[in-house]
Amino acid sequence: MRINRRKFLKIASISVLGFGVKPTIDLFAGHEAKAKIKQSPKALRAKRWAMVIDLRKMNEEIAKKCIEACHRFHNVPHIPDKKREIKWIWTEPFEHAFPGQSHEFLGTELIEKPVLVLCNNCDNPPCVQVCPTKATFKREDGIVMMDMHRCIGCRFCMAACPYGSRSFNWMDPRPYIEKENPEYPTREKGVVEKCDFCAERLDKGLMPLCVEASEGAIIFGDLEDPESEVRRVLRERYSIQRKPELGTGPSIFYLI
Amino acid sequence: MYDGGKILTGLVIGIALLTFPLWYNLGKAAKVAEPKLTPKAEQAKYCVEPKEYMVAEHMALLDKWRNWVVRDGYRVYVGFNGKEYDMSLQNTCMDCHSNKKKFCDECHNYAGVKPYCWTCHLEPKEEE
Repeated sequence: MRINRRKFLKIASISVLGFGVKPTIDLFAGHEAKAKIKQSPKALRAKRWAMVIDLRKMNEEIAKKCIEACHRFHNVPHIPDKKREIKWIWTEPFEHAFPGQSHEFLGTELIEKPVLVLCNNCDNPPCVQVCPTKATFKREDGIVMMDMHRCIGCRFCMAACPYGSRSFNWMDPRPYIEKENPEYPTREKGVVEKCDFCAERLDKGLMPLCVEASEGAIIFGDLEDPESEVRRVLRERYSIQRKPELGTGPSIFYLI
Repeated sequence: MYDGGKILTGLVIGIALLTFPLWYNLGKAAKVAEPKLTPKAEQAKYCVEPKEYMVAEHMALLDKWRNWVVRDGYRVYVGFNGKEYDMSLQNTCMDCHSNKKKFCDECHNYAGVKPYCWTCHLEPKEEE
């Protein structure tokens, strides 16, 4: 068989193309482990997780239990210096938690009790918008999550959050952790941290720690499900949110 | 050549200094890393993937794990032999490989890499 110049060039160019494509395919498919990942069948799912805190049932003692349960499990350090303290969940006086709802003549017992506050896991979270590395992002179930591996400590999110829900690690937190929980990581100097509605527990089919410790004062569920308990209590009783006028869409509601 | 002597002396000293690490370490090969398995790891026989893959690619796998877990919310990994594992460095990897010093550090020190996993993730308490 005679190969003329035209035929030779055709075969040659196709062969070159083939040699070029093979390594590219190998690169992507190559010696990759055949990855199979899944969610635990026990995982709790929702379209938008939300929390309802009953201010009538909540008191100082229960609040303390919630805070302790959370901070102990998540290795949150106890730093006495107020300027450098780290907190995921804490209490505020009523007029600080709800500046727009308060006036100087408020005097019921409800108003005098400390209000349990934590990250609102907003529907329209300003912290997510400003994060330059997408270290903080919103999960499909509405939880505003932190990826500590990506946080560069720029603290834009802290400036953006109108609730002060975020804390910055000014120093290595480990010396300030009373008893390390070996099941959960700590943080390091230079990252921001906050509550994430116990995402790791929800993925395992467990309720958030503060909900478990709250003796029924905190209700947790799917806000998009009209049959859920959070929706039921929100229908039945009057509730408020923190600074709803800012348009962040907080996922935490307080029953008055 | 002007100042030939000085230039040549300078060159010799320069080359000697540049190659100093080579001939200083000549014949003194660093001890090859020999990571040790714990009895528990030994008994398990398998890691989540075959040994060869884990030796070469564990860092890439861990990188995927952290993204799957933190960003995508998947927490279960199906190993090559069908067994399911919780994707967790601290709770799964270190449960078997609880001897960080003799297992992780052994190779990492040899290869001169310093993974910064342990600034946040807690390493298992080891008895000396």
